[in-house]
Amino acid sequence: MNIHEFQAKQLFKDYQIPVPESVVVTSANAASDAAKVLAGDSWAIKAQVHAGGRGKVGGVKIAQTAESASQLTAQMLGQRLVTKQTGKEGLPINSVLVEKTHPIKREFYLSLLVDRHQERLCFIASRAGGMDIEVVAEQTPEKIINLFINPAAGLQAYQCRQIAFALALQGEQIKALQKIMTGMLQLLVEKDASQIEINPLVEIDDDRLFALDAKINFDDNALALHKDITALRDTAQEDEKENKAKQFDLSYITLDGNIGCMVNGAGLAMATMDLVKLKGGTPANFLDVGGGTSTEKVTEAFKLIVSDANVQAVLVNIFGGIVHCDVIAQGILEALKQIKTDLPVIVRLEGTHAEEGRALLQDAAANIIAAENLDHAAEQAVSLAGARV
Amino acid sequence: MSILVDQNTKVICQGFTGKQGTFHAQHALAYGTQLMGGVTPGRGGTEHLGLPVFNTVQEAYAVTEADASVIYVPPFFAADAILEAVDAGIKLIVCITEGIPVLHMLRVKAAMADSDALLIGPNCPGIITPEACKIGIMPGSIHLPGSIGIVSRSGTLTYEAVHQTTQQGLGQSTCVGIGGDPIHGMNFIDVISRFQADEQTRGIIMVGEIGGSEEEEAAEYIKNHVTKPVVSYITGLTAPAGKRMGHAGAIVTGGKGTAESKVSALKTAGVEVVNSPSNMGIAMKQLIANS
Repeated sequence: MNIHEFQAKQLFKDYQIPVPESVVVTSANAASDAAKVLAGDSWAIKAQVHAGGRGKVGGVKIAQTAESASQLTAQMLGQRLVTKQTGKEGLPINSVLVEKTHPIKREFYLSLLVDRHQERLCFIASRAGGMDIEVVAEQTPEKIINLFINPAAGLQAYQCRQIAFALALQGEQIKALQKIMTGMLQLLVEKDASQIEINPLVEIDDDRLFALDAKINFDDNALALHKDITALRDTAQEDEKENKAKQFDLSYITLDGNIGCMVNGAGLAMATMDLVKLKGGTPANFLDVGGGTSTEKVTEAFKLIVSDANVQAVLVNIFGGIVHCDVIAQGILEALKQIKTDLPVIVRLEGTHAEEGRALLQDAAANIIAAENLDHAAEQAVSLAGARV
Repeated sequence: MSILVDQNTKVICQGFTGKQGTFHAQHALAYGTQLMGGVTPGRGGTEHLGLPVFNTVQEAYAVTEADASVIYVPPFFAADAILEAVDAGIKLIVCITEGIPVLHMLRVKAAMADSDALLIGPNCPGIITPEACKIGIMPGSIHLPGSIGIVSRSGTLTYEAVHQTTQQGLGQSTCVGIGGDPIHGMNFIDVISRFQADEQTRGIIMVGEIGGSEEEEAAEYIKNHVTKPVVSYITGLTAPAGKRMGHAGAIVTGGKGTAESKVSALKTAGVEVVNSPSNMGIAMKQLIANS
């Protein structure tokens, strides 16, 4: 789960990670009031959306007067911001962060994440702050420092010093960095975050360090343990269909093709998408109906798929294991009875009782096609979807 | 022979009296697995499915001398269950549970560092040696005793590989689902090295997916150590970056963990990489015929 910058910065404050003073607002008037309260010469007006790359597309602007803060806020609120991380629809700007600015001397990068290869928590730091860390990693890997945390010893002072000296920090800054790193680690562990990113971490004119941006991702598997974090969820920033799917314990991801896919198992669902592509089509979604497929789940899955106006054909790919294929076939028929779609539905059933399942589907309805095998099913879906466009 | 489990493997079940534990224990018993009993704290001394229930894994191990334990406890209790099994002296721990927080698994892996116990999973279908021992949630009926070792990060794609090798008459020596979580127990190399050493195994099917770098590491290992034919299928070519595709571990981040990188590494290692999941069995049949 992602949260907004202003929420992440509040968590930073709770863990003694210094951030510039700021106020989150949802109206233009509140923005000018905020600027006055914060005082200073200028303020950053920052669109609050769950995506990076805001600065490049007008999602972060500088106001020199309280009136300008109000105007810029008015221009942003209610708009959708399209960044390279959002997709072409963009994300709605429902709140804006008004933040006091400081003259910046240097920018750094600092993050903490779970390294799956080392199976340890890992700090990543770089002197190239404010840039895409992936680009830095690719073009100048020598500028990146990786530092692993021993689970028994925890974060040691020397490790913080290592990063501090690598970033050419001096004097009080070294202790300040240690405090920031300690706070990040404590926050990640206590709240089951999967990643905390400060990009950039800045050195301002009086040498203090500030987290100028703040990004925190949380481990979905641990959310039920943290009611305070779950309360930060902003569903307006998430895909409506993906959230709907979660209510029915379905794993669904919207894609931009025209062949709806309904599959049991995450691996097989991905494989089905790949196969559609291989046969010259494009998948409209990833959908895993899960192992214990019931009629109710199949029905909800169908509803989700056909609610996407781009979908021209539905490919159902089920490997019946402990749940028998004839039971699944009945579920599909029951679901289609409720939904009443004239879209071609290509069904591939394999595994336990597959023949019985296929027999049930064979003459059930004109738009249901019981495919011989998976390749055949994907080919049919692609050609039937193509014929309807 | 087979790897890790055979007809003599004695198994206990943690989360035995729960819905999942009960359901899959019944299937394991019907398949002929030597299930000796199970553990449900507070139910010790009772019987379930005609087998003894114990309060702790330690007690269960003392009485049954089980070789393996299968875990069906809910996600927030699974780390505790794994470590209880390790502590009791169980040598093979199979954790089926999906949805364990990643920090829990980090602690488990750190705590297991100085133990010789093996962990399969979590978030996996389990392990099966056909007609000898079934530990997990896979449908027994699609398996056939035979010569192909199967290792996979995905449950249903394991079943595809099993089904196809059964249809081709090749059958399986042992099938291991290593699970879809980013932090997990045995990896591809741990399993593939055992298949290489196993006389019964004549060919290996490896099913990978986007996320992490274990396929690339396996490719390097295969290039240097594996003489048996290997067929691989990698999913996620069409998965958008930054999105978690069902499995917690199936995510492309920062250009790393892409399907293309894995396919290319495996091809370089001389692995037969099929581009359709339907071709795993037929490709293996051809490789075996030519070898």
